[in-house]
Amino acid sequence: MPNYQTRAEVEALVTPFQVHRDIYTNQDVYRQEMKHLFANTWVYVGHDSQTPKKGDYYTTQIGDQPVIMVRHSDNEIKVLYNRCPHKGTKIAIDKTGNTGKFFRCPYHAWSFKTDGCLLAIPLKKGYEGTGLSETENGKGMKSVGAVHNYRGFIFARLAAEGIGFDDFFGGSLSSLDNMVDRSPAGRLEVVGAPLRYMHQCNWKMLVENQTDTCHPMVAHESSAGTAVQIWKDMGFTEDDPKPPAMEIIAPFMSAYEFFEEMGIRTWPNGHGHTGVHHSIHSKYSEIPGYMDALIESYGKEKAEAILAENRHNTVYFPNIMIKGPIQQLRNFIPLAADRTLVESWIFRLVDAPEELTRRTALYNRMINAPTSIVGHDDLEMYERAQEGLHADGLEWVNIQRLYQEGEDLDAEAVENGTTERQMRNQFHAWVKFMTASMSEAEAAE
Amino acid sequence: MTDFSKDDLIDFLYDEVRMLDDGRFDEWMELWTEDGHYWMPLNYNQQDPLNETSLLYEDQFMLRLRIQRLIGARTFSQKPKSRCHHVIQRPHVDEIDNDAGRYKTVTRMHYIETRLDDQLLLALTATHDLVRRDDRLMIAGKKVEILNCDAAFGNIQLLP
Ligand SMILES: [Fe+2]
Repeated sequence: MPNYQTRAEVEALVTPFQVHRDIYTNQDVYRQEMKHLFANTWVYVGHDSQTPKKGDYYTTQIGDQPVIMVRHSDNEIKVLYNRCPHKGTKIAIDKTGNTGKFFRCPYHAWSFKTDGCLLAIPLKKGYEGTGLSETENGKGMKSVGAVHNYRGFIFARLAAEGIGFDDFFGGSLSSLDNMVDRSPAGRLEVVGAPLRYMHQCNWKMLVENQTDTCHPMVAHESSAGTAVQIWKDMGFTEDDPKPPAMEIIAPFMSAYEFFEEMGIRTWPNGHGHTGVHHSIHSKYSEIPGYMDALIESYGKEKAEAILAENRHNTVYFPNIMIKGPIQQLRNFIPLAADRTLVESWIFRLVDAPEELTRRTALYNRMINAPTSIVGHDDLEMYERAQEGLHADGLEWVNIQRLYQEGEDLDAEAVENGTTERQMRNQFHAWVKFMTASMSEAEAAE
Repeated sequence: MTDFSKDDLIDFLYDEVRMLDDGRFDEWMELWTEDGHYWMPLNYNQQDPLNETSLLYEDQFMLRLRIQRLIGARTFSQKPKSRCHHVIQRPHVDEIDNDAGRYKTVTRMHYIETRLDDQLLLALTATHDLVRRDDRLMIAGKKVEILNCDAAFGNIQLLP
């Protein structure tokens, strides 16, 4: 059995239209993902509205690495490994707080400025002449490789060297732009705590599902189909004005043609989105006062262009998805090869009517909660796949829908909305960033 | 007009959880007023059900959809079906107003939900707003607070 220490072994897991099941089930692959993929890519950390004041911090993770996002005295957001350089104690354990001008380790009171620099050690004379200041640990809390704040969204790259932020995301940033532009102030704020939903499956199944447009009418027939049926039984027709819950759930039952025509766009480095031309979010009713507020800020033409864009799910490789028209971000946090924590966050559009936040909150609980009648069937599919993949009869997973030989995944493209191109795009990027820091023939350890 | 006693209210709450445990959901739906809402907050001490995320905040349409789905032929997450069990403490009757026909109770309970080899245990506090309609008790509002509401859960498929 390979243990996926070498470039060749990792590359062999992905063919143009099939991936090997070890990608989902093998714990060595998972460890390599944490070491390479989540170090070489730009991973979402948090939103700057979570830490509005100097000294505000938020504890989270990048891959399997515990980190603290903190607003430093210069107002910039820093991302530090959440580990005391002394004994390894986590410096902060609560999700959020304000640490003032410095962090203080609760174990031996070493203290650090909010950019990580060592500030003080009690009884410091005990280190005189020991050479502590020449060690890595003597410098303070370690920073991640690079941090970028894109319109309030904080991304970080663990690796000190690697692809730049703009090169990594390229044209895909247009989806984040559209979500932020939907605020008349051009600003979002996190609303409340995220839903936290535990999945006994591999994190990539969730990422793939975001652009899987051939599953809603099948897996969600039980919820969306039943909703449509109850609606009919109540004597309403498809064209009757629907309550917000129906507006949200009914489009899940749209026919294959609807999803084919909505289109999928992919960008290099594994990013892509469904809903190029329209989406399940296109037909939500207008919120009074909202368009006026947008026109006030942007002028009529731009305001209309902002709302004309109804992208469904945008995947930012490796592990988040955003929904611009819903102002939602889902974070697929890999805990093990067969264990993923999904956090679903929502945002308020600053200066927009509060009804929009209400719809966003409704969407979040209806679709993405552990109590969601839609989420239940998704999770059931993932967990059945995680178990089914152990069947030895077949070792490969198929992602061939609308595949064409010679497909160029390093070029942006718009295709039929039921293509699995975006899944292939993710695996193409997966190989690239898994192996970016592996030497040609990295010897097995 | 019937005056409801403390015992009447307590019996009502025991009957309600028994319906849920027995899967008599249609009967359970009959307990609700037309505009009754079932709320399960996401946060400890959450005050606002609507303008931030809740685990559940459902009107009669959504509750009907929820229970209808449970018996659907293509409800894959209910193949096989879940079962649940409520162990309730004697409810606190915080308010009896027979003149207005309004009552408030707080019930602490353990809720167990099971499917295949998994069993989930939740510690809950259920707050009921009950009203008198046509001489019987009905649920105008039910709030179910989960003690560890901020923990990550797998599926919770039935009604705590
Ligand atoms: Fe789904």
